[in-house]
Amino acid sequence: MQDQDLCAAQNRGVRELGAEKLVGWDEVQQGVVINSFDGDATGIVHQKAEERVYSDFNSYTATVASWRVQKPVFNIDVCIDCQNCWVWCPDSSIISRDKQMLGIDYDHCKGCGVCVEVCPTNPKSLLMFTEHTELDAALSGWPEKTKKEEK
Amino acid sequence: MAITSIKNLKEFSTNNDRFEGAHLLCPGCAHSMIVRELMNCTDDNLVISTNTGCLEVSTAVYPYTSWDTSWIHIGFENAATAISGAEAMYKARKRKGTLKDPDAPVKFVAFGGDGSTYDIGFQWLSGAMERGHDFTYICLDNENYANTGGQRSSSTPIGATTTTAQAGSHSYGKKEKKKDIVSIMAAHGAPYVAQLAPNKWKSMAQGFQKALGTEGPCFINTVSACTTEWRFDPKDTIHITDLATDSLMFPIYEIIDGHELNILYRPKNVIPVEEYLAAQGRYKHLFKPEHKHVIESIQKEIDQKWEMLQRREEARI
Ligand SMILES: Cc1ncc(C[n+]2csc(CCOP(=O)(O)OP(=O)(O)O)c2C)c(N)n1
Ligand code: SF4
Ligand code: SF4
Ligand code: SF4
Ligand SMILES: [Mg+2]
Repeated sequence: MQDQDLCAAQNRGVRELGAEKLVGWDEVQQGVVINSFDGDATGIVHQKAEERVYSDFNSYTATVASWRVQKPVFNIDVCIDCQNCWVWCPDSSIISRDKQMLGIDYDHCKGCGVCVEVCPTNPKSLLMFTEHTELDAALSGWPEKTKKEEK
Repeated sequence: MAITSIKNLKEFSTNNDRFEGAHLLCPGCAHSMIVRELMNCTDDNLVISTNTGCLEVSTAVYPYTSWDTSWIHIGFENAATAISGAEAMYKARKRKGTLKDPDAPVKFVAFGGDGSTYDIGFQWLSGAMERGHDFTYICLDNENYANTGGQRSSSTPIGATTTTAQAGSHSYGKKEKKKDIVSIMAAHGAPYVAQLAPNKWKSMAQGFQKALGTEGPCFINTVSACTTEWRFDPKDTIHITDLATDSLMFPIYEIIDGHELNILYRPKNVIPVEEYLAAQGRYKHLFKPEHKHVIESIQKEIDQKWEMLQRREEARI
């Protein structure tokens, strides 16, 4: 005896596409779609992350923090807001608002160290520390300005 | 179109990212630097297709997506096919008056790796360019099939070791030259073709904006340094790309309407290609005495190409 539901595979493509009604090519129902936002996503380009309603499917709601062995630490006192770190961070993890660098998004940072390399200040405004280093400890031991090597 | 201002980096940084973190690309991967910049250089709605490769598998791992725009994943060879179809459908629906918001500006973009662009999706890309769809195709050129473990592609330069063209006692790595995809695409008569690099963020953003603002099929080859297969420390992605552009291994230029060539970056100090090669594990074997001749021939090729580009630019034809 065969269960009707178990035989559904025979009709699957047809039914899922809504084609049993003989609809036109531009009326076919969507297949599987994952929505990045809950509700209306019009205009999200003008919304900052904190203003958006991310859906649970958006990787913004996930974390890759466990990938890190080292983490960048930000010292705002030295920063000149050049935004080098913002443009080159491969993990959208530099939090910049209104032309100012505010800090690091540690949920998404993978600890690659690119931001430290591209930071132009002397001493650098970003430095790598082992993951378990306390923020205070990192900041209190921040290096002094280094003199240019004499040639 | 709504171009976002790129007068300087501070201003550029006021854009809100539409490419989200917690994708699974390697730390330091240049693919995401390029994708972020494309998405930050316009306010328009984007419809993006991405075929199989590191970018696709790392940004759509169920249940997550890192894309805040319409995004289609399609098989390895078909980024150009999918975006052609989407663009054609959009135009048809606009004509029929069945679009919800017909006045909303929308741009069509395809991302493919070099494996899919130079090799496997080549005829489909050529077809889409010839049919003249209104889209921008961006190749993320990391010079190998990175997602499947680093096989050689027709973009892999001569002398690089890959898993299918391995350097060893009888081989210096890949023996064939890199295919000149930029010239091939320009030969389609495309209105805008360019080679750009993420270390030169401004010329890259401006090139992206030109392509998005140009009607018709545009092609951009971007240099995408691959920390895993090129074998360098993830922190050095931008440094390696600097060496690539400053040694002229990757000259930065555009070709308009298939003929008008403009050089977009002239290094103040051109560095010997040896410095670029020495910074990456994939070229380590070339520094053995028996393979040094390969470095010399690479340098010679670079010099000839640069000479050719400069003459083409001067000729203004
Ligand atoms: C038709 C087909 N052949 C082979 C594969 C396996 N495959 C998946 S990704 C990939 C390599 C992609 O290389 P590339 O396009 O250069 O992108 P990258 O991963 O380097 O960014 C291969 C061979 C596939 N998915 N489909
Ligand atoms: S370490 Fe890498 S991922 Fe983390 S903030 Fe810096 S550039 Fe971004
Ligand atoms: S690169 Fe350095 S100086 Fe520039 S914004 Fe980032 S932290 Fe500040
Ligand atoms: S293998 Fe290369 S291209 Fe792929 S994610 Fe890693 S660094 Fe990026
Ligand atoms: Mg590749």
